[in-house]
Amino acid sequence: MSGAGAAAGGARVELSGWGWRHTGRASWALRGVDLVVEPGERVLLLGPSGAGKSTLLHAMAGLTGDQGAIGGDEEGRLRVDGRPAAAARGVSALVGQDPESQLVMARAGDDVAFGPENLGLARAEIWARVRATLDAVGFAHGLDRPTAALSGGEKQRLVLAGALAMRPRLLLLDEPTANLDRAGAALVRGVLADLLERTGATMVLVEHRVAEVTGGTAGAADLVDRVVVVEPGGGVVADGSPAAVFARHGRALAERGVWIPGREPRPRLPAAAPGGVLVEAAACTARAPAPLGVLGGRPATVLRDADAVVRSGCATALTGPNGAGKSTLLGLLAGLARPASGTVAPRGRLAEVSARPLARWPARRLARHVGTVFQHAEDQFVTGTVRDELAFGPRRAGLGATETARRVADLLERLRLTGLADAHPFTLSGGEKRRLSVATALSAGPEAAPDVLLLDEPTFGQDTRTWTELVELLADLRAADRAVVMATHDDLLLDRLADTEVVVEGGRTRAARAPGGAAPAAGPAAEATATDSATRTPPAPAGGPAAERPGPQPPAPDAPAPDATASDGLTPDAPAHRAEPTAAAPAPGAGRADRGARRASREEDR
Amino acid sequence: MTAPPGTPPPADPGTGPDPGPAAAPPPRAWLARANPAAKLLAAVLVAAGLVPVVDPVTSGLVLAAALPLAAFSGLRGARLAALGLPLPAMAAAVGLVNLVFGQDGPAGALGAAVRLLAIAVPSVLAAATSDPTDTADALVQRLRVPERPAVAVLAALRLVPLLAAQWRTLGAARRARGLEAGANPARALGVLLGKVFALLVRAVRTGTSLAMAMDTRAFGTGPRSHARPSRWRPADTALVAGTAAVLCAAHLVSLAAGTWQPLGFGG
Repeated sequence: MSGAGAAAGGARVELSGWGWRHTGRASWALRGVDLVVEPGERVLLLGPSGAGKSTLLHAMAGLTGDQGAIGGDEEGRLRVDGRPAAAARGVSALVGQDPESQLVMARAGDDVAFGPENLGLARAEIWARVRATLDAVGFAHGLDRPTAALSGGEKQRLVLAGALAMRPRLLLLDEPTANLDRAGAALVRGVLADLLERTGATMVLVEHRVAEVTGGTAGAADLVDRVVVVEPGGGVVADGSPAAVFARHGRALAERGVWIPGREPRPRLPAAAPGGVLVEAAACTARAPAPLGVLGGRPATVLRDADAVVRSGCATALTGPNGAGKSTLLGLLAGLARPASGTVAPRGRLAEVSARPLARWPARRLARHVGTVFQHAEDQFVTGTVRDELAFGPRRAGLGATETARRVADLLERLRLTGLADAHPFTLSGGEKRRLSVATALSAGPEAAPDVLLLDEPTFGQDTRTWTELVELLADLRAADRAVVMATHDDLLLDRLADTEVVVEGGRTRAARAPGGAAPAAGPAAEATATDSATRTPPAPAGGPAAERPGPQPPAPDAPAPDATASDGLTPDAPAHRAEPTAAAPAPGAGRADRGARRASREEDR
Repeated sequence: MTAPPGTPPPADPGTGPDPGPAAAPPPRAWLARANPAAKLLAAVLVAAGLVPVVDPVTSGLVLAAALPLAAFSGLRGARLAALGLPLPAMAAAVGLVNLVFGQDGPAGALGAAVRLLAIAVPSVLAAATSDPTDTADALVQRLRVPERPAVAVLAALRLVPLLAAQWRTLGAARRARGLEAGANPARALGVLLGKVFALLVRAVRTGTSLAMAMDTRAFGTGPRSHARPSRWRPADTALVAGTAAVLCAAHLVSLAAGTWQPLGFGG
């Protein structure tokens, strides 16, 4: 009876001369926006970072204005179905970026029921909708599942279900799949396409990964039929079908950091050869922290008998579905948490520093040799200005004032943060925060970058410019015989940078071959990227023997303190050779042989 | 809007394996099953009934009646100890302070200590056996507390575990930056203050976005309906009535024994 969407029709959105300026800001986020979205249209809203796309979505959701949650000055007219947006709440539903702050209730079913309750629906109808929408978004748990026990992706599905249960006529989506794994994202896009088809609801979508919603990637749902490009501080600068807009404005948009299908960034990556093992996790079990409160349940086991090896001169990717324990494994490898059982031990030149398990290293020593970049960059800022943040590592390493200042100036310049040197880190934009957080981890070593750099979803939500800078930085680090470990969902990052892949699934680990080749379990989207890369861009070197590699020989893996000029991961003029496609694409059997060799060398290390 | 006591459960529209929310696995313990509004009423009754008397007998009788309820609370082992052990310690401290500085002698000190326990035990039992969501439902549907503050407090409660997780992340992030409290108290304070500031910023941001999320889900646009009925069973009436009866009995016994002593008339 009550499916996820009975016919509800779509709302009409009309903006004329609309503008918005946030309280306390001198410049307008958007100004002079003239736009009509007809019922049932599916609009993709595009623009460079800071173009006010989220602000526009919030305004359509009725969050701005006199009684709204967001304060500021408004000009012009914004109407949803002929009414001011604030009066049309309940007609629209908004799904934002961060699921954490969108869940209201403690139990999954209750949270989905929250919107229908606010609409005053009858109890039987509410629960029918809750069940239908949870089914539709592929929610795997029961209605009583505590929302706190869900992974990011599961939470986002729940948020989406909460929005859909209201049967909105206007669906506003702010990067709804950014937190999801490949399968989860495809599922959600499928749910959206199906729902929009059946209900005829209007949709306005903000999405970084344009290819996935415009049919630019094989297997991607053809989710949008119109693209609207907005300008920071301005109005609509392009409007039309996806193909038409990309053909006319694709190049200009791509240059400003917008992800455009067929115009993905092509970072220049120096080659590197995998060296010795630096960190080895063996048979690690990890449990979630005990839940708070007297009625909380037992701590769940997140990892079971997990194994992972981190090699110098090698980029290791931790992949797997949402909630599988990638971040937990990353924390173990980083020495930030102790496994409940099993060991995370330093090997090779790290073992020469200290042979104790990484989790028992004093923080100061750990920070010098193992850097970690957290998913939320803000979590790791410890000072009040960008400059101090960058000087923190060098100072603690005992570098002199002159050397520290030189290092900081260098980092500021390289990461385009010079103008913000005296700003508080919390006031930076998302991309700036990400660049700063990576820079702080790299500035921490005494003479050079840490031996191991671990990053949790480093490219999440970044525009192509920041993305390219990050990937190049990591590749330089790898070429300087450092180990790079990243937990990621980013297919392009996997394709371009990752040498080995450790799949974390259901709390267990499984070593996979380099993702540039055909991974057996990958979905259609992954295949498309793989083909893509084979035809257009040489993928990153993929775990073959060093002799096959062009490019500089890295320093010997057992050199304990490589000198700064030769191996500083931040040296901008590190030789940047591009791997030849032929050399880089290993024969199908090569991966297996390589894996065997690796296992053998692991035995030797023991 | 308030359903009368004993409203039948909503017709279960789904036939799938998923049990309905109303059919959620019921907590087995008797006290955990009771309506939170009843437990709250009982705890408030005890406090109101015992605050005006200072003699140990009245409070002691109520405490003697309340303690066995712990057996029906479903609380066991470490959890029960974590909740229960601070109480005697607090009572002993209060008793000691009254003994040393009070003018009522040993009887007055004992009275203060026992009264504290007699008021605290029912409150702790009520709080520890009530789910926050069920409590908010009961407050709104049974005690007619306004919706907005009830839902707002409930949403804020959801943030507590988030903040706890956030606190752990901030600790790990500081370790990753090479900051550890160590033995230096000044540095420990600095690290702590930094973490507190970062947590505050995060809490304010999360709170703001949560308020926005509630607004986009039509919160406050009109009268709400209730997805979860807060049922009032005969046992709930019995709990409140029993509490009142125990209180009256305690006062009467104490009066009859001549030990009854109201507040402010201490010898």
